[in-house]
Amino acid sequence: MNSFFILALQWLCIPLLSPLCIGLTRSVKARLQNRKGASVIQPYKDIWKLFQKDEVISRDASWIFRCAPYIVFATTLMVSAYVPLVTTALANSFTGDFLVVIYMLMLGTFFLALAGLDVGSPFGGFGSSREMMVAALTEGGLVVSLFALAFLSHTTNLFEISAKVGELLVSHPAPILFAFISFFICLLAETSRYPFDNPSTHLELTMIHEAMILEYSGKRLALMEWAAANKYLFFIVLGAQLFFPFGMAHTLNFGDIIFSFGILVIKIFAFCACIAVIESSIAKLRIFRLPDLLFTAFIISIVAIGLSL
Amino acid sequence: MFEYIISPNGLFLLLALFAIGACGSLVFWKNDSLANWWSSIFALSGSLFGLVFSTEILTHGALPAFQIPTTFPFLSLAFHVDYLSAFFIFLISLISCACSLYAFGYVKQFYKKYNIGSLGFFYNLFIASLILVVTAQHALFFLIVWELMSLASYFLVIFEHDHGENVKAGSLYFIMTHIGTAFIVCAFLMMYWVSGSFDFDVIRQHASLFSPFMQSAIFLCALVGFGVKAGIIPLHIWLPSAHPAAPSHISALMSGVMIKMGLYMLVRICFDIFSPGQAWWGLVFLVLGSLSSLLGVLYALAEHDLKKLLAYHSIENIGIILLGFGSSLIFLSAGFPTLAAIGFIAALYHTVNHAIFKGLLFLGAGSVISQMHTRNIEHYGGLIKVMPVTAFFFLVGSLAISALPPLNGFVSEWLTFQSLFQGVGNFNMVTTMIFLLSIGALAFTGGLAAACFVKAFGITFLARPRSTQSTLAKESGAGMQMGMGLLAVCTLLFGICAAPIGDFLRKITMSIPGFVKTPLEPIMFDLLNIGNNFASVSMPALFFTMVFFLIFLGTLVTILCKNRRVHTGRTWDCGSDLNSRMEITATGFSRSLIVIFRSLLRPHRTADVEYYDKKSKYFPAKSELTFELHDVYRTYIYNAFEKITRNISDQVKKIQTGNINGYIAYIFLALIILLLSLAL
Amino acid sequence: MYAKIFSIKNNLISPNPHQGVGGILSLGKKIHALTKKLFSGSLAIRVVTAGSTNACEQELVALGNAFYDVERFGVHFVASPRHADMLIVTGPVSRNMKEALIRTYEAMPEPKIVVALGDDAIDGGLFKGSYATEDGAAQVIPVHYQIPGDPPSPLEIMNSLLQILCDLDAPIRTKRIKP
Repeated sequence: MNSFFILALQWLCIPLLSPLCIGLTRSVKARLQNRKGASVIQPYKDIWKLFQKDEVISRDASWIFRCAPYIVFATTLMVSAYVPLVTTALANSFTGDFLVVIYMLMLGTFFLALAGLDVGSPFGGFGSSREMMVAALTEGGLVVSLFALAFLSHTTNLFEISAKVGELLVSHPAPILFAFISFFICLLAETSRYPFDNPSTHLELTMIHEAMILEYSGKRLALMEWAAANKYLFFIVLGAQLFFPFGMAHTLNFGDIIFSFGILVIKIFAFCACIAVIESSIAKLRIFRLPDLLFTAFIISIVAIGLSL
Repeated sequence: MFEYIISPNGLFLLLALFAIGACGSLVFWKNDSLANWWSSIFALSGSLFGLVFSTEILTHGALPAFQIPTTFPFLSLAFHVDYLSAFFIFLISLISCACSLYAFGYVKQFYKKYNIGSLGFFYNLFIASLILVVTAQHALFFLIVWELMSLASYFLVIFEHDHGENVKAGSLYFIMTHIGTAFIVCAFLMMYWVSGSFDFDVIRQHASLFSPFMQSAIFLCALVGFGVKAGIIPLHIWLPSAHPAAPSHISALMSGVMIKMGLYMLVRICFDIFSPGQAWWGLVFLVLGSLSSLLGVLYALAEHDLKKLLAYHSIENIGIILLGFGSSLIFLSAGFPTLAAIGFIAALYHTVNHAIFKGLLFLGAGSVISQMHTRNIEHYGGLIKVMPVTAFFFLVGSLAISALPPLNGFVSEWLTFQSLFQGVGNFNMVTTMIFLLSIGALAFTGGLAAACFVKAFGITFLARPRSTQSTLAKESGAGMQMGMGLLAVCTLLFGICAAPIGDFLRKITMSIPGFVKTPLEPIMFDLLNIGNNFASVSMPALFFTMVFFLIFLGTLVTILCKNRRVHTGRTWDCGSDLNSRMEITATGFSRSLIVIFRSLLRPHRTADVEYYDKKSKYFPAKSELTFELHDVYRTYIYNAFEKITRNISDQVKKIQTGNINGYIAYIFLALIILLLSLAL
Repeated sequence: MYAKIFSIKNNLISPNPHQGVGGILSLGKKIHALTKKLFSGSLAIRVVTAGSTNACEQELVALGNAFYDVERFGVHFVASPRHADMLIVTGPVSRNMKEALIRTYEAMPEPKIVVALGDDAIDGGLFKGSYATEDGAAQVIPVHYQIPGDPPSPLEIMNSLLQILCDLDAPIRTKRIKP
């Protein structure tokens, strides 16, 4: 019963915390620009306000446009159940596989791209084209970097990988670090951060993710923005708990879980701050330089596996 | 009654149904509609009986070999329906069932234009020959039915012979398939030379007589011969022109089933007859598989002919199946039969999955093309509003081929990944590197396939119509919808019931000689578990949680926002008028990926301008811009072979002097040589 | 440099003594409070330049810089009218931009507010009576509020924004707001 309770908490945790992470990243970026910026809970207010607005839907859109936000959000909810958030004792043999997680997110991306194409506006069209280009090339790096971890821990279940990497970090630091570098590049790609995409741009010609949701309004826009935040937090938690699982609980003991949650919050803050600093330091890459970066991520993860043989 | 079915009579009844369908269709050729109905009904009943037949065999036991002796020397009609054959008969029957349902409505567009009687005749003959190919046990008999299958499909490819490119495609297919048959004949002759018999059972028993060199030679000949049929790169050049040329339900059969026949015999030779094979065969499979899958999907990205796109995806999926077989072969020859079984099950699973979703996609494409009268997706658009059911089925097919959960493509790609994961770290450096690169190739292929199908589905069905024909299209008929619906339901079922099907495939795997000695534990009802908890996934849990979350989310948001209204308005166009030219085109969608992979794809563009006045060149009358991909295989491989063959022929031509005295001298010379050889 | 993530004071640039920096903050606090009440803390603005001289745009852009930093009060600019609550129109609406402005207005979901910024947008301003303009946004779309000035300084814009929000809070039918 305890495990069900914690699993349910985990399903709720990521959607509830994700706007906070976005707010934190924006806040750190603003402070590096010598201004205070919006408060860290501003994204919550944005989403709440959007739920209270009416919608305008294009005449050219079909049921795919109307259903895509639900599907995209549902896939992010589903994968948040498979990530080892606070404890590794929730390992089940049903659905914790890392390939399931990657392909489930690909399902969300598929429908997002279709929704961008559905309205027939040129922005949505080229947004979908670029998104699929980046997503297709990120797959390789993502699968192989997570496989490097799976190879080291002799299992593909995310919870069990997290349990074993703690010991492995001492004995095999190099492959895990290389795999982390590759995973981090793929994180930036999948969550539409610099140098792949600017999440706060107004220039449609430079948008990738934003271009596909230009046509959404009201509650569907809220779902899309929230789903993007969920994906961001999901990848951060994956990076934090798979590659640096210090302080993870291994039991269902309440005290252990609270402690583990506290350490997780610190790790999330560290990740958000790092990403914000990276976003403030580098420029967005020209689009035909992105595949070079993604292939580099792939090769780095192959090197990681080679180091662990 | 079941004893009657699981007996040689069952097989003959199955073949008889198709034979009656074929002959009857030809007899009634003057009446288009009757011929179509006759052939479709008999094909349908034959496929339903085939489904029953194969499931009976799979559940109750294999058919022992039996033969019908003939008066021809060397030839005996030997049949053997074991588990692997029954599996392939199931595959053939399932797809032909859907295609026959589809054919009721689809063939109507050919009435009064082409000979429907011959279509029905060759269609039934084609399916019957497919069944014969997987049950043939004697090499010569196999060659006869193989040729029958190729001829039947050739006539089906050139069915719409008013279009010149269909006939050209047919000729290319004819030549390529006979080149393949030549290599197959070589392989069989080599097998006869060592073992003294054409019967596969006898060859299997004498497998130890073959030296490794001989085995490798047979393997290479078989690889080239069956690779031509399977469409392995670089032997694939006939596939992208032949599959689009045929009518769509035939393309579904060809793409989903016929190319698997090549793999079927290759598997028989490597796993069954010469088990456990040699390790480098598996490496060749892995390399060819990675190459086929990556190049297949890249060429598909560059296509905007809907059926050619699907044909290139068939090449990609053959590559994925080869990856499974390759890893299985490597493990088998290294002595790890349990791990080898994973790869074999993955490959078999992907065979049936690909047949289902490729069949679905081709049938959907056929519906669209029959309404639009063009295969060029640049003229489509907005079809989801006029053909919602077809669009939905095509979407299901697109999701399945992009390996997205919870459909069947995901399960077989997951299994293939797992079998490749097992290979890393167990072998020497070269093998490990090849395994790693195969994993990378498979990962990239999955992503690129999803990109390609976003393009195919999005440009065809979504947004606004790009031509007036799109506004005039109508939904497909009931028969066509039923055919597609059957396959769509199968994609879902084969995805959710992954564990029971995996169990079935495990049973089939254990019947192959190489695996017979391994005790494979049965798979639990809902869980696919690999290698001592290395990996496991439960597809029903995945599906039900997804449905639960969707419903939960839908109700929550509806309750939260029940006072909000939804208005319909214009697409946000920044104030300019949006016409169909402003939507993204298929060429534009995939242009960035083609530019990224330009060293593999070799795109080039030619610009052609016609001026009103050639001297002053101020006012262009017509300007043409062509984007194409260099056909690398024709230029470097096939043209080279053609040049060599021509040169040799030119030299040999010199024997024909045209001089009577010369010819008399040849006869005299031959006579002397004969007399000398008799004397010695 | 990274220490400043934790130590940003409320204003960094040395204030112009005539501007009354304290005024920005108190103004901002009031805007924030009203935004919280009326727009759940998040006001999304879409700016349409309908043939303007770009002077008003410069002042609007200044609102987002490190000195005025209107983002901290919950107000932000968005890329698409579908995401916006408030439409700010600048310029006398030239004939070429008339259709675009109407479509932008129709593309915004309810509830929406239209504000005409600058004398040009109110009634044509300098270009009143020209053959090439429509003489102000009110001739094209229903305008709810107007902010006069040519161009109004960022402080004046913020002040007017506050008045607009006060007005929305207590619905009075005044159309023209003096700073």
